[in-house]
Amino acid sequence: MNIITLIKQVPDTAQLSSTVDGLRLMSEGGARIVNPWDEYALETGIQLKETHGGKVTALCLGKPEAVEALKRGLAMGADEAILISDPALEDSDSLTTARALVAAIKKIGQFDLVIAGRSAIDGNTAATAVQVAALLDVPQLSYVAAIKAIDAASRTISVVRLMENGRETVNSKLPAVISVVKEINEPRYPSFMGIRKAAKATIPTWGLADLGLSAAQVGAAGSQVSWPQVSLPPAREGGAEIISGSPAEAAKTLADKLAAEKVI
Amino acid sequence: MSNDIFVWIEQFNSTADSISWETLGAARRVANDLGGQLVAVVLGQNVGDLAQQAIHYGADSVLLGDDATFKHFRLEPYAAVLTKLAQEQQPAAMLLGASNAGLELSAYVAAKLGVGLAADAIDLRVNNGALEVTRPVLVGNIMAKIVFGPARPQIATLRRRVFPLPAADTARSGEITSISPVLAEGEIATKVEGIEAAANEVSLTDAKIIVSGGRGVGGPEGFAPVKALAEALGGAMGASRAAVDAGWVPYAHQVGQTGKTVQPDLYIACGISGAIQHLAGMKTSKLIVAINKDAEAPIFKYAHYGIVGDLFQYLPALTEEFKKRLGKS
Repeated sequence: MNIITLIKQVPDTAQLSSTVDGLRLMSEGGARIVNPWDEYALETGIQLKETHGGKVTALCLGKPEAVEALKRGLAMGADEAILISDPALEDSDSLTTARALVAAIKKIGQFDLVIAGRSAIDGNTAATAVQVAALLDVPQLSYVAAIKAIDAASRTISVVRLMENGRETVNSKLPAVISVVKEINEPRYPSFMGIRKAAKATIPTWGLADLGLSAAQVGAAGSQVSWPQVSLPPAREGGAEIISGSPAEAAKTLADKLAAEKVI
Repeated sequence: MSNDIFVWIEQFNSTADSISWETLGAARRVANDLGGQLVAVVLGQNVGDLAQQAIHYGADSVLLGDDATFKHFRLEPYAAVLTKLAQEQQPAAMLLGASNAGLELSAYVAAKLGVGLAADAIDLRVNNGALEVTRPVLVGNIMAKIVFGPARPQIATLRRRVFPLPAADTARSGEITSISPVLAEGEIATKVEGIEAAANEVSLTDAKIIVSGGRGVGGPEGFAPVKALAEALGGAMGASRAAVDAGWVPYAHQVGQTGKTVQPDLYIACGISGAIQHLAGMKTSKLIVAINKDAEAPIFKYAHYGIVGDLFQYLPALTEEFKKRLGKS
């Protein structure tokens, strides 16, 4: 099976604190991590390769330092890694990002499955993988919590999706794009050998020219949404009103307060 | 190009998802500001009633696709219809609820049309004749104002339980027009084989009240009093990542950065320290109550009310008190 896993390098929200707020984290950066959901995508691809044979290519669009995220993918067991990076790609919305990813996927060649994580913890649109599927004109299944079966002969996949109404079993033709949620597996820790191999690997960087895209198609120039204004959410003033007393007393006090606030 | 606003009405088993009525309410105001018509799009099988309901909730007219191929939500047939409608009727905007299906459908259609998309809006208004959306990014730690370029329609999804549910006006009437599917069953690459409904539980994302357990609960049995309190309040049960990773509760209950984002009126956090990643999923709850042994737990900075103590002593007392108040002894 030819599998492509999409990964993104994102700010590490664990660094947020009373002195480091969201805006500061975004502007100053600090240590970046593989988007948590994407580790599950990598693990899914690697497990499928181990079962069915084939190749896993990790694909990442980002700044040059995002090559570290790809190294982690290689260390876990991806066979190849490719970085898409170009200053013209900055300020891309989800669709222009998808456009660049699709150009890279077409350049990589025939694929059976593109696997992504549910969403990125910075952008939170959950749109990019879906839009990759739309541009590739293939089916897309998100919230995949389990892969029940893959039939290479009939080129179909059967998955379980975690929807609000319940767990849905869906069959799809391949090739397809899927995005996965945590329940699907437990991402492995890279082995020592894996880390060494990844450290020595050559990771090509593809820019606009390699992708056959013009500057007008990507970045701020190509995007139909922009975000000129960002701010912090309203701060929680004060902190909790502590309710003291015995369990019975505290229960009564709390119930009184919640009734007064009309939440019960 | 018109000033009309299209709203996709999501349904499951012929019952509308309330997020669609919330979206219709917000869309009504946008349509009024732009001076356009509000058109609801209902897709499903045996969903004629929903078309009428959409009129009552504020739509001026309804496009109704009632067909076997629409019975269960699938991306390809739904996207094909919405894409065709957008190309033919050129509305100013298309609005959907930011449910799992809505997020997928809006993104797929936006890509097919080559237009802008703003996902998971918590505020929506018209500015200079175009939509202006405010949405949370960096898991709720930054608010971004999204501005659309010239492409039409502008597509946006609205977060659940943020926009008010409009009142239904049964005196309203409007035109309901039948529309046909674009794809025949044989042309659709996916098939829904079955749905295992969530067993009688209140859905986390829909819930008005959520009681969650974290590491302090100590083990799977520790969730019993959490569940009892949730049930006494008619709410849903949530969990922190620590509890899920430890295998004490299934992942479906996880609230937080790699779990669900919830907007209840009341969130009771039991034995949860208040890590940034958990807060990401629940800090916009209207009222937060924290119960934790550790007075220094970060959650107390975000909670409105707190109890410093042993949750195994306080939860049963709370359950008892709420049962009394809510008449459920």
